[in-house]
Amino acid sequence: MDVVFFFEVLISGMLSGVMYSLVALGFVLIYKASGVFNFAQGAMVLLAALTFVRFLEMGLPIWLALSLTLLVMVVLAVLIEKLVLSHLVNQPLIILFMATIGLNFFLEGLAQGVWDSQVHGLDLGIEDVPLAAVEEVTGMFISVFDVVAAVIAGSLVLVLSIVFHKTKVGRALRAVSDDHQAAMSVGIPLDRLWAIVWAIAGVVALVAGALWGQRLGVQFSLSIIALKALPVLILGGFNSILGAIVAGLLIGSGEKLAEVFLGPYVGGGIEAFFPYVLAMLILFIRPEGLFGDKIIERV
Amino acid sequence: MIYREAGQIKTTYRADMAIFPITQDRIGFMIIMAVAIVAIPTLASTYVLEAFMIPFLIWGLAAMSLNIMLGYAGQLSLGHGGFMAVGAYAAYNFATRIPDLNLIVCFLLAGLVTAAVGVFFGLPSLRIKGFYLAVATLAAQFIIEFVISSFPWFAGDNMMGAVDTPAIVLFGWQVDETVERYYFVLGFVVVLTLLCKNMVRSSIGRSWMAIRDMDVAAEVIGIRPLQTKLIAFGVSSFLAGIAGALYAFVYLKACDITSFDLFQSFNILFMVILGGLGSLMGSYLGAAFVMMLPIVLNLLTTTFLGGTGHSDFIANAEHMVYGGLIMFFLIVEPYGLARMWTTTKEKLRLWPFPH
Amino acid sequence: MSARKLGLALLAAGIMAGTLSGTALAADKSDPNKEQFVPVLVYRTGPFAAGGTGMPGGLLDYFALLNQRDGGINGIKLVWEECDTGYKTDRGVECYERLKAKGAKGAPFFLPMSTGVAYAVMERAHKDKIPNVQIGYGRTDSSDGRVFKYSFPMLTNYWSQSSAKLTYIAGRMGGHDKLKGAKIVNLHLKHPYGEETRPVWDKMAAKYGFQVTHIPVPWPGIDQKSLWLQIRKIKPDFVINRNWGVSCTVPLREAARIGFPRDRIIGVWWCGAEEDAIPAGKAAVGYITAEFVKIGQDVPVIQEIFEHVYGNMKGNLSAARVGSVFHNRGVVWGIVMTEAIRLAHTKFGVGPMSGEQMQWALENLKIDAARIDELGATGLVPEVSMSCFDHEGGGRVRFKQWDGKKWNMITDWVNSDESLVREMIEASAAKYAKEKGIAPRDCPPTGRFAKN
Repeated sequence: MDVVFFFEVLISGMLSGVMYSLVALGFVLIYKASGVFNFAQGAMVLLAALTFVRFLEMGLPIWLALSLTLLVMVVLAVLIEKLVLSHLVNQPLIILFMATIGLNFFLEGLAQGVWDSQVHGLDLGIEDVPLAAVEEVTGMFISVFDVVAAVIAGSLVLVLSIVFHKTKVGRALRAVSDDHQAAMSVGIPLDRLWAIVWAIAGVVALVAGALWGQRLGVQFSLSIIALKALPVLILGGFNSILGAIVAGLLIGSGEKLAEVFLGPYVGGGIEAFFPYVLAMLILFIRPEGLFGDKIIERV
Repeated sequence: MIYREAGQIKTTYRADMAIFPITQDRIGFMIIMAVAIVAIPTLASTYVLEAFMIPFLIWGLAAMSLNIMLGYAGQLSLGHGGFMAVGAYAAYNFATRIPDLNLIVCFLLAGLVTAAVGVFFGLPSLRIKGFYLAVATLAAQFIIEFVISSFPWFAGDNMMGAVDTPAIVLFGWQVDETVERYYFVLGFVVVLTLLCKNMVRSSIGRSWMAIRDMDVAAEVIGIRPLQTKLIAFGVSSFLAGIAGALYAFVYLKACDITSFDLFQSFNILFMVILGGLGSLMGSYLGAAFVMMLPIVLNLLTTTFLGGTGHSDFIANAEHMVYGGLIMFFLIVEPYGLARMWTTTKEKLRLWPFPH
Repeated sequence: MSARKLGLALLAAGIMAGTLSGTALAADKSDPNKEQFVPVLVYRTGPFAAGGTGMPGGLLDYFALLNQRDGGINGIKLVWEECDTGYKTDRGVECYERLKAKGAKGAPFFLPMSTGVAYAVMERAHKDKIPNVQIGYGRTDSSDGRVFKYSFPMLTNYWSQSSAKLTYIAGRMGGHDKLKGAKIVNLHLKHPYGEETRPVWDKMAAKYGFQVTHIPVPWPGIDQKSLWLQIRKIKPDFVINRNWGVSCTVPLREAARIGFPRDRIIGVWWCGAEEDAIPAGKAAVGYITAEFVKIGQDVPVIQEIFEHVYGNMKGNLSAARVGSVFHNRGVVWGIVMTEAIRLAHTKFGVGPMSGEQMQWALENLKIDAARIDELGATGLVPEVSMSCFDHEGGGRVRFKQWDGKKWNMITDWVNSDESLVREMIEASAAKYAKEKGIAPRDCPPTGRFAKN
């Protein structure tokens, strides 16, 4: 086997994986805050990217479009908390999960209804061409865009980890995801906390939406990338920010290596299920995900 | 006043163990059956039968299959679309490769094949639990899609992607007209639902619920978790397989892997949650909600808002209303449509003197 | 709580009442014998909305043009009802059932708008005697009209398109004899639609001695790095891009990353809209796709639509999309279908047509160059010559290239490899006929097949 080629597959896989992590992060945040899997994260990515690109198309400068979109996402978070989540405090998690599904349909309709369901090109000014230096030295094709995206994702993880581990908010969130009512009874302002977390998830959605939007065009399919984030999320553990990024690297490189080196023997296209199989195998060893909170079972 | 069990004294064990111990329930069941067997086929138009009733019954069956697994045994599955695909393709292959086989036998065999597949993918459930179990069933969904689309053998080595299903013939009776197809589906649905109703009341149903409520505790009192979970996977995927075969043979009249994709798995999950976890009737209510509501919304908008020139917005508004209604129902009644029915029954029991 | 319950009850009652009155109200007004009802499927939401609005938009624009300019077809106004499928097969079946009996004589034909729906209504349409017309997509082997009486995969089916692509590639390489030893990658969606052309590529590879590698794109195909790493190792001469929606765009990006020339990627026409190229930005420049219509506004009929329909604010799309790929395809659909209605009028008299009458018309439809000029559609529509033997009636393809801003037509009509494709179609159709117990009708080979 060609060693350079192997490493090229490995590295581009890891870079792809980081792009999945970016989407998975949004899920993690909301899971941390409410113990629920937010089905609407994909729709939030779509809404954020579409809002951003339509503001740009109106001729707004990029900083203004960005701030307006952020504002939209924050307002949205507050509304979601007030109108939906606050009514479902302390309900079983599956009910909250279902509510996010309703929210998903609502946001999909909202995003496409207010803006439109056409395909929009988005150019962030990051070149999507191979890094010349790397190509010369090693013969590998590593895209500038992927590297920039990885750096952005990395810094996002860093910032979020600090927020969630070194501040009071982080501790409060752990309490909330354990038990809504108990957290409220010790004085944790659940409503404010949820609004904050949904707002941050909205920001993460915007970052993911913009980066993916440049690659794919801003269109409905952006909401589907949430599906690629699913195995990353499960493998990393639903409530671990670090887990999302590590799992992203594992899944990304795993699926690319499998597709390139095993795929041709079975007709190709194994990328579709390989991440789930990989995640499942690892879950056999650690049923709570790589970095998830340990499940303690009592009778 | 009318709905109350007072005075209905059971004198035999048999009576005590009846599916519908209360006379009024029995009457209610009879009425539902009468409506389903007589009223709907005679009164409903072909459109209503084709576009509403037949898919409603099939999706109800699919939702019931997941409800057994999720609502009764507490095992999450996002792979029921895939299990339906197994059922559909298995039935297709039995029917085309063994032409003399009775179609009902084909369907039951297809159910058994699906059950085997389901049990296989249920194996990780002993170790992986809760939302994490979704990964095993998601893997099932994607592996099934991959295998069926990778090997043309499953689709009869056809050069075209999708294949037409063979005609439905039972003992020389060509099930072809809309009404006949409706009865064909109804027959399966009624028989399987009654079987399930009995099963969830039996010891196996009770052990499922014990596992669901707390599997460690259930193990302590002597319920074997793996066996119980696998039976749930098996029964559930058996039903899903039959639902898939019905969907392909009766509704689509074609086997097309894309109609059993992940979104169908999600849809089935929505039906179960909205209908009510752990309620067989809830499965059907949920199926009605999830399957019919978007069509009804669409009919409403085309009737009242059609031709106003904002079709794009209206199409999206339908999604918004649908999503909004889901959230609204959950806020009003988090435990699903079936709970609404239970509450109504409670009220009826006291009516007309609620205090 | 009781107020909420009441609200719920009211809501439920409202929905019920709405449905009932909805079905009652749907048939209304004016003389049904002066109108031709047409069912129109759309998908305005979801990942494929660009096509699901653009093509019906073009179709309806052409209908509106006829209504406005000519007062309909021979005085028969075209009326239609939309039904949104959301690109879901089951909703497509629902739409079929909803619309099949509307109008004076029921639906004259049905445009399923997706291959999945085309399959699902195949048998229903046959039973209800409604032509199932798939222009530019659909079930390839139903081109054999002897077996598939009510299915019309018109203009060009997928196999013909693939063979025309090979003709084009051979032209680029300097003749069919140069194909020997060439390498072609068939990058296709792992999906029944994507896999449908595998057999025809295998067959052509065997015939001309080139090497074809099929690389399936797992759905949703938003990241195709691993596939393009494989393609780079293969070093193919050409890559066929057979995807749909977002998975069409990704290959252009991936090709740019590894420096594969874009003018050696030949797309299927469903990967050949503005919506597929624009998101790829600079990476799309030079990309070539097949096409069954002419793109752009410099066609008289498109100009007339602009003037009469959009001038009167009756357009179905934003004016910027007039002349776009999906819009022009819709216009071509409109031209083909209305020409068939016109033909039906000559045989069955002026009035609304039934599905059975349209079946005859579609089977006898001939649109020659003179008629195309008369319609103001020169270059837009290929010549059509249908028969009971040949439900495709064309098989010609043009190629177009993206220059970063718009599509430019780079070839005239390119012929497909008719004999090779027809042989495969007949084999597949015969298998179907045998399975279904259909006795093929006895029709003589016509037109382009007559000499064979």
